[in-house]
Amino acid sequence: MATFPRDLGYTREHEWARVEGDVIRVGITAYAVEQLGDVTLVDMPAPGEDVQAHERFGDIESVKTVSELFAPVSGEIVDVNADLESSPELVNEGPYEDGWLITIRPSDQGELDGLMDAAKYEEYLGTLDG
Amino acid sequence: MPVQYRGIKAEHQAVREHAGLFDVSHMGELFIQGAEAVGAVNALVTNDVTQLEVGQALYTVCCNEEGGILDDLIVYRIAPDRILVVCNASNREKIAGHFETHLSDSVSFEDASDRMALLALQGPEAAAVLAGAGADPALTELTSFRVAEGKVGDVAALAARTGYTGEDGFELFCEGRDAPGLWRRILEAGETHGIQPVGLGARDTLRLEAKLALYGNDIDETTHPYEAGLGWVVKLDAGDFVGRAALAAIKEAGITRKLVGFEMTGRGIARHGYPIVADGAAVGTVTSGSPGPTVGRNIGLGYVPKGLSRVGTALGIEIRGKVVDAVVVRTPFYKR
Repeated sequence: MATFPRDLGYTREHEWARVEGDVIRVGITAYAVEQLGDVTLVDMPAPGEDVQAHERFGDIESVKTVSELFAPVSGEIVDVNADLESSPELVNEGPYEDGWLITIRPSDQGELDGLMDAAKYEEYLGTLDG
Repeated sequence: MPVQYRGIKAEHQAVREHAGLFDVSHMGELFIQGAEAVGAVNALVTNDVTQLEVGQALYTVCCNEEGGILDDLIVYRIAPDRILVVCNASNREKIAGHFETHLSDSVSFEDASDRMALLALQGPEAAAVLAGAGADPALTELTSFRVAEGKVGDVAALAARTGYTGEDGFELFCEGRDAPGLWRRILEAGETHGIQPVGLGARDTLRLEAKLALYGNDIDETTHPYEAGLGWVVKLDAGDFVGRAALAAIKEAGITRKLVGFEMTGRGIARHGYPIVADGAAVGTVTSGSPGPTVGRNIGLGYVPKGLSRVGTALGIEIRGKVVDAVVVRTPFYKR
């Protein structure tokens, strides 16, 4: 069963966000990883590009399928996880650790309040199953 | 059949290196029986069924009058007067209807798909696993594309040395009520061999690496066997069959497009339906594409004009609006 750390914020598109000083680290949740299976390719923009909350910023591919990645908050991309280019399986192995995707310098701190906490996210997942 | 049990890569690898067990009971099983069964089936498929010995199987396609592919099939001659035709689940009603319409009254026809189960045991250790599961030697010693009835432990089964993975292996037909017992028996016998239950995801990557066509992706009623690389299953001289005249004309005129294998040289994964481009123009469509876990490259199949079908030809695959480089390669991508 997937686990959801208490210190993260979550989106309906199955991204997580963690506040780290003045940037937000972003990844996909263990639930998303379970749905995707073996991740084989992550396609992301370059640092410096702007992203909009809940809009697509990249794609993630598994053996079976391709899914879009959505930004949890608006802002400028500070850093991209370059390790994923050669080792996309890091997303499977540790979606909240080495499998992170990007960091964002948020343009509107208020958007963080719109994210779900772990309990709300789990509740939300319950509405998806069955 | 689930998409995956433990993970597509792990399941794929188990089949390539050890053994995997698939529940493919969704496939259709059609029996044709009677003194004229061989001739009756031969008149409906492109390959030559008249040359089949008892205990032998062959791969074929079944075409419509225009030469379009209605389905790809394996035909098993299990007795002098009894033929088993295995068709794709999605085509079962169409093929059963086609057979019932065209078969003469001198043979009997049974669609046994609902009562029969089919398990596929595939991989280099498949024969050892099957022996360990208590199968008769007559089954474990079958050679490629041979079929026999026998027992696996206490379960009566029809076993064939066929498969859809590019590996050695068996397909085991049994009564549906016996299937759970057979499944458990094989998994237990395979435990020391590292057997894995395998889902639809790895079934697709395994067959793609071996360049085995998937109906609905690589072949359908709008494609004919010559352009699909299946000319070898069309025997124009083996008596008349549905679609023969059209296929003879197509062969005479020559093909205009061809199903080719390609690998991505740029960073991207081709998927079914993506456009294939050359010199900025759309020239074809990807019919199958995914990472190839064993070959270690992102691979695919698609139809391109004959002039672009040679090995080494540079192609582009349009992936979400961006053209990524690919090249036509020799197939199969993987050969054991």
